Amino acid sequence: MPFYVSPEQAMRDKADYARKGIARGRSCVALQYAGGILMVAPNPSSALHKISEIYDRIAFAAVGRYNEYENLRKAGVTYADITGYQFDRHDVTARGIANWYAQTLGTIFTESNKPFEVEIVVAEVGAQPGDDQIYRITFDGSVTDEPGFVAFGGQADQVSAALKERYSEGMSLAEAFSAALDALAAPANGERNEVATSLEVAVLERAREHRTFRRIRAARLEELIAESRAARSAAADSPDADSPDAATSDAAATSDAAATSDAAATSDAAATSGEAGSPASTPGPATSADPAPPAASEPPTGPPTGPDAGSTDRGSGVGGPPAGPPL
Amino acid sequence: MRFALGSYYDGSQSGPFDGGNRGPGGPGHVPGSAGSGSRPGFMGLQSPSFTDFLASHSPGLLPGHAAAGPGGAGPGQAARDLPHATTIIAATCAHGVVLAGDRRATLGNMIAKRDVEKVFRSDEFSAMGYAGTGSLGIEFVRLFQVELEHYEKMEGRSLSLEGKANRLASMVRGNLGAAMQGFVVVPLFVGYDEDTDRGRIFSYDVAGGPYEEERYFSIGSGSLFAKNSMKKLYVDDMPVRDVTLACVQALYDAADDDSATGGPDVTRRIYPIVATVTADGFRKLPESEAAALAEEVVQGRMAQPEGPTAPLRNG
Repeated sequence: MPFYVSPEQAMRDKADYARKGIARGRSCVALQYAGGILMVAPNPSSALHKISEIYDRIAFAAVGRYNEYENLRKAGVTYADITGYQFDRHDVTARGIANWYAQTLGTIFTESNKPFEVEIVVAEVGAQPGDDQIYRITFDGSVTDEPGFVAFGGQADQVSAALKERYSEGMSLAEAFSAALDALAAPANGERNEVATSLEVAVLERAREHRTFRRIRAARLEELIAESRAARSAAADSPDADSPDAATSDAAATSDAAATSDAAATSDAAATSGEAGSPASTPGPATSADPAPPAASEPPTGPPTGPDAGSTDRGSGVGGPPAGPPL
Repeated sequence: MRFALGSYYDGSQSGPFDGGNRGPGGPGHVPGSAGSGSRPGFMGLQSPSFTDFLASHSPGLLPGHAAAGPGGAGPGQAARDLPHATTIIAATCAHGVVLAGDRRATLGNMIAKRDVEKVFRSDEFSAMGYAGTGSLGIEFVRLFQVELEHYEKMEGRSLSLEGKANRLASMVRGNLGAAMQGFVVVPLFVGYDEDTDRGRIFSYDVAGGPYEEERYFSIGSGSLFAKNSMKKLYVDDMPVRDVTLACVQALYDAADDDSATGGPDVTRRIYPIVATVTADGFRKLPESEAAALAEEVVQGRMAQPEGPTAPLRNG
């Protein structure tokens, strides 16, 4: 056991550790639709939530370790409630909460031996679509403002690229939900899952007064799944896009190649160095400019979902533990 | 578990929001010097009870905190010089409960305010009104609203109706020191019990409670008259509409005999606040409906100033 570890090495190790933990789960998405903000997470548990209410117009979504993000969620609720009590309900903003999370996670990352293996999103629905805000906060305290949509946790790059293809401003709830499901079914993010019991869905409804957060579950969720299927088949106008799977994996494949060349380069390097367990990761832990948690070490969890899915695999899915189901 | 509480308990640093000079959007204070065991801000300080959290985090924000500070031994003139809220009445109806209050606040023998509101939604299935020192009452309502919502968000479920009533009791008891100096505020709490599908009423005294009340109850300076009026009007399991009317009649009778209770002000268009809590949740009657009720009562009193009479013989 070495007696001296350089700070750079220590930070790098912590960042790698946290990234690996986060990449093991499955991605979640949050995106704007005409009537507010929709959040969708694959989640087999109906009691242990990934998506929750923070305040009147603010929601919280997280991936990673349940005990860690649950602790953060409760702290966020406390922060919001005391701010609203001390000042006014309008003075509780997503920006303030995102800042607070950034400070907290940053401190934990630098000061404790074990960083939090979490990635969180704070979303606020405004009076107008232009006022909506979505912030993504990573394990090291970096904050990014994500206008429109965000995918986080797991294979966030692929999911994000797939979502980018489908996202457009002013979608209906069913369209947005359909886009979210397609994005979540992107290669390397596990099997497509359209069963109401394994999805956690919630919205911030712009038109609602006071508390805008609503969970969509049971019968309403089944209804929404059916509506989104209808919306998807209506959207498929070209003859070969009949199968939604084929359409999305196509999109994912192309956008993957185009948009995330950085990430591809990183994972290529990892694959050639033969160390699937510790990818040649980006060194700076606290820079938000660093876009891609290395994805190479994680094999796809499910069978390819479309004819082109194999091509996005990049042949790097060797070694590494099978991706266990996230909480 | 000292480390888990955050370092501002060491006394050397202030916690987030201590001093109240921090903007709401600013980042929380992050104690960085307490070693690797510390958790910044609220991480170790979470409680399902917002009031308990406040008591440990910023006790200065609790209602009546300043009033309960070192002062005179007995009720002071200051407490009497504050606006006071007056009459609240509650009555159960079929599958629900109605809560109504007049609009007057008094300051000794003066009318301090004509359009004050003292009936509030506390959460989806409950409501509260208060009588006593107006400013304290407003703080009580705000704190209780946050208390219920905080519990719901932290625990992922609502408190039971008894749980809500008990929380309010401990908050009232927490104000006992201030009450002894004259800053009295007494709430009246009503709610819809989902388990038994009926409305329930809980009353309090300055030392807490709760006392569950059957059928109807009233608090405040005009409560004696309101209760007696309601006694002659109330019938078990009346529909909601009838109970709202009975409540407005009772408030009219209270205003008739108590100078501190305000009746419907037809010229200024100020009417009692009436709220219902049923399986559909809390509903405050919009002004048009409250006006219609008040007009109905006032019109009836034109012909019969003492209001409706109860049958003399049973049966």
